[in-house]
Amino acid sequence: MAKVHVPFDLRHLAEGAAVLEVRGTCYRSLMAALRDRYPVLEAALVRDKAFVLDGEILDSPLLEAVAPASEIHFLPRIGGG
Amino acid sequence: MSEAMDFKVIGTRPIRPDGVDKVTGRASFGADFSLPGMLEGAVLRSPHAHARIKSIKTDAALAASGVKAVVTGADFPQVAAGAIEGGEGGGDFADLAGNVIARGKVRYHGHAVAAVAAQSRAQALAALALIEVEYETLPAVLSLDAALAESAPLIDEGLMTSGLAEPATAPSNLASVIEMGNGDLDAGFADAALIVERRYQTPTVHQGYIEPHACVGRWGQDDQAMLWCCTQGAFDVRSMTAKVLGQPVGSLKVIPSEIGGGFGGKTTVYLEPLALLLSKKSGRPVRMVMTREEVFRATGPASAATIDLRMGFSQDGKITAAEATMAYEAGAFPGSPVGPGTMCVFAPYRIANFRIKGMDVLVNKPKAAAYRAPGAPQALFATESAMDEAADKLGIDPIELRLRNAVEEGDSAIYGPKFGPIGLRACLEAAAAHPHYTKAKDAGVGRGVAVGFWFNVGLQSSAEVHINEDGTVTVIEGNPDIGGSRASMALMAAETLGVPYESVRVVVADTETAGFTNVTGGSRVTFATGMAVVEASKDIIAQCCSRAASLWSTDEDMVEWRDGAVHPRPGVNVEAKPLSLKDLAGKAGRTGGPLLGKASLNARGAGPGFSVNLCDALVDQETGQVQVKAFTAIQDAGKAIHPSYVEGQLQGGAVQGIGWALNEEYVYSPEGVMENAGFLDYRIPVASDLPMIDTQIIEVPNPGHPYGVRGVGETPIVAPLAAVANAVSASAGVRMTELPLSPPRVLEALDQA
Amino acid sequence: MKVHVQTEVNGEAVEFLCDPTATLLDVLRDNLGLRGSKEGCGTGDCGACSVELDGALACSCLILAAETQGRSVATIEGVATPEALHPLQSHLLKSAGLQCGVCTPGIVVAAKHLLEEDPNPTEEAVRYFLAGNLCRCTGYDKIIRAVLDAAAEMRGEAA
Repeated sequence: MAKVHVPFDLRHLAEGAAVLEVRGTCYRSLMAALRDRYPVLEAALVRDKAFVLDGEILDSPLLEAVAPASEIHFLPRIGGG
Repeated sequence: MSEAMDFKVIGTRPIRPDGVDKVTGRASFGADFSLPGMLEGAVLRSPHAHARIKSIKTDAALAASGVKAVVTGADFPQVAAGAIEGGEGGGDFADLAGNVIARGKVRYHGHAVAAVAAQSRAQALAALALIEVEYETLPAVLSLDAALAESAPLIDEGLMTSGLAEPATAPSNLASVIEMGNGDLDAGFADAALIVERRYQTPTVHQGYIEPHACVGRWGQDDQAMLWCCTQGAFDVRSMTAKVLGQPVGSLKVIPSEIGGGFGGKTTVYLEPLALLLSKKSGRPVRMVMTREEVFRATGPASAATIDLRMGFSQDGKITAAEATMAYEAGAFPGSPVGPGTMCVFAPYRIANFRIKGMDVLVNKPKAAAYRAPGAPQALFATESAMDEAADKLGIDPIELRLRNAVEEGDSAIYGPKFGPIGLRACLEAAAAHPHYTKAKDAGVGRGVAVGFWFNVGLQSSAEVHINEDGTVTVIEGNPDIGGSRASMALMAAETLGVPYESVRVVVADTETAGFTNVTGGSRVTFATGMAVVEASKDIIAQCCSRAASLWSTDEDMVEWRDGAVHPRPGVNVEAKPLSLKDLAGKAGRTGGPLLGKASLNARGAGPGFSVNLCDALVDQETGQVQVKAFTAIQDAGKAIHPSYVEGQLQGGAVQGIGWALNEEYVYSPEGVMENAGFLDYRIPVASDLPMIDTQIIEVPNPGHPYGVRGVGETPIVAPLAAVANAVSASAGVRMTELPLSPPRVLEALDQA
Repeated sequence: MKVHVQTEVNGEAVEFLCDPTATLLDVLRDNLGLRGSKEGCGTGDCGACSVELDGALACSCLILAAETQGRSVATIEGVATPEALHPLQSHLLKSAGLQCGVCTPGIVVAAKHLLEEDPNPTEEAVRYFLAGNLCRCTGYDKIIRAVLDAAAEMRGEAA
């Protein structure tokens, strides 16, 4: 299962967990699995954070493949000048 | 990967394709376009920093001589909240619309209240004076402390803080809170032999592009509209303007002019929706051009910031713990770059125990816009100042201190993900060996060192490569060329296709000609649009191979592309001379039609950019005046496609950073009126302020790009703030923690020391 | 009431009608279609509108168009010949002394004036002479080098 690192400021929405093991083969299925367990967390992640898959900040994810060993982070969004 | 690559044209320094137009005055910038029957527009701006609009009467203005149309906020549709996509994080369409023209309330001095179109600019300006606006003034909130005070006046009465563990129960000026952390902070500080704890402050500054915002809008009776404007992103102007006007995206065509600087400040819209609505009402094209004063009062400053920093170090210089509380001014609407600021603040270092809190705070100033590595210069000013102080107190060389803590490939960034190949260590080693660093300092001179960092982004890009019938090449792309990117695109196309640089022309096209392409920003153009140009060129190569195989009556896998031509594979028994791009272009019509290569992509694999800056500065003990005596910018570019323009980015960013450090700031009256809204009083660096800016390009190839490119444009502005401040502190003998280091401030510090 | 003005621009006789308050920059750009001179500030602080008036370097945004009656104006459009760029223009291109290019016309006009006054300026002299021409992109380094190289070429030395 992929390792989802819960942002520090949203851990209260995941019963304090820093890391969650989540099943999913792509962004869409991973987020659906997360939504089943922590719907408020999932909504906050989608609304406020950028999705980072194995170190790569993905601007508009949907079908990106997620491997069982994948590490997933959620970061504040980055603007560019 | 470029390490093993033997480049033919990449890395050379040819003259840019648009160069002659730009040195002869022929290039057409935002204010240089006109149409027959065109009207001139002008904007009525708020004389108050914070006020309720009780009424607006426009009858007299509309009846004035030459006036053809007047618009106010009431003429615009209500725009629903929704995130603006395209790499300009933190933006919301409703806020964008509210910033374009005030409705109900003005939130800063200079906020647009109404706009007029008339036959001449003089008539338009005269008509502005006839618009009667009744205001109920409100107290202005002009600082972070004032905005966060218990009983602070509310800038947005409906604003509830997001990001709190417990939902906010009452509105405030605190738009959002971000927190990050790891490890055991108390234990980390308990282990520290030295703790540096200070408050660092940076002022509101402006991007300072020399070309003011300008556009021409034309609306047709069929509701099809056209916009000519100077922008960093024509597609972004299209989506934002369409949203503000409630029109379908496809009804608007945006034609980007040449752009006279942007630095992030031309990634949003101000005049464009006003010009189009005035055109709709008048039935005539409308030109709008800002004055310099308007640029200062109403467009994108970069956020002022207050950062409380605490860093613990072991005796041998390892960071044991770090804590930052960062408040950034958003201006009048939410969306300062505090998010990236929280990620950048400790990004160059390995730190096991840390806490970071970021706050996005509303104040009655213009809405902050992106400015080169948004959020990072403020953050690393704090950290790199603290590192310098720690080096001094621990008796460790400042570069050595950074080397002992520097992140490397495989390390997890403090914001989470692991770094790929990065050049921080290489930049630090180059700095330590640089003649600037090894030579003795002149008497009284202070030397400062600082590290810079920026993420760099990818995003969406498109490109077409057209092979003309004589084998010359036309590249069509959608990123306005703000600093020589046509040359970089031509170099990458020429390298891939194996043709001379001079045979490639690059066209920056409009939104109906180029494929969708995100903004010229985020240090993404050479990386992402370059990748699209390489892919489109490879599409051409595939077509050439297929056509050559057909001509030779063999299979495609029997041929290969080598040195700009299709050859039979070694050992394949085909009696044929190689077919060059020119040969195949001449036969295109008879082998299936024109050779047209395409690519559209969402670029993955952007590599972060690190830099190290060295600064020698001399403080005049009598006047407090600072002279920058020497400056060196060292940065990892991955691969420099056109080294001169990479050096130019390093030099330009360095000087903008020097300006931020030494002179630049918005000065406000107690009522919230900017008192220095002109280049005489808002002093950007001039040629006589500066020495030559030495550069050294480090190349740690980015595996995410076919030629190893990583973004270059933003990182250069990050390190100079602390590099200058550290040099000044050393020369003055006093630790300077608040920018700008203007003569009065330096003098005050000298007096107190 | 419009003012009727007869003057000379880049060696050609021109005449125009303008408002008494119109600046030379307004008239160059809007009446005469010479849009190489740029308005960066309108207050004489940025130098993007630099021209020569009777051989003196000036910001055209600070000159009333009506003042040019019977005088001689030289703009960026008159710097290159049909056959060749001015050495300053060539060296700015060669040195990558421009990024966005909006300040470049003013830099060319001002630097050309300098080299006519002083064919062998020091780096410091170039920096002080061009202190009235703002550039936000380059940090000035490559501009200064281009001017020094152009000066060397114009003196017949290898640049």
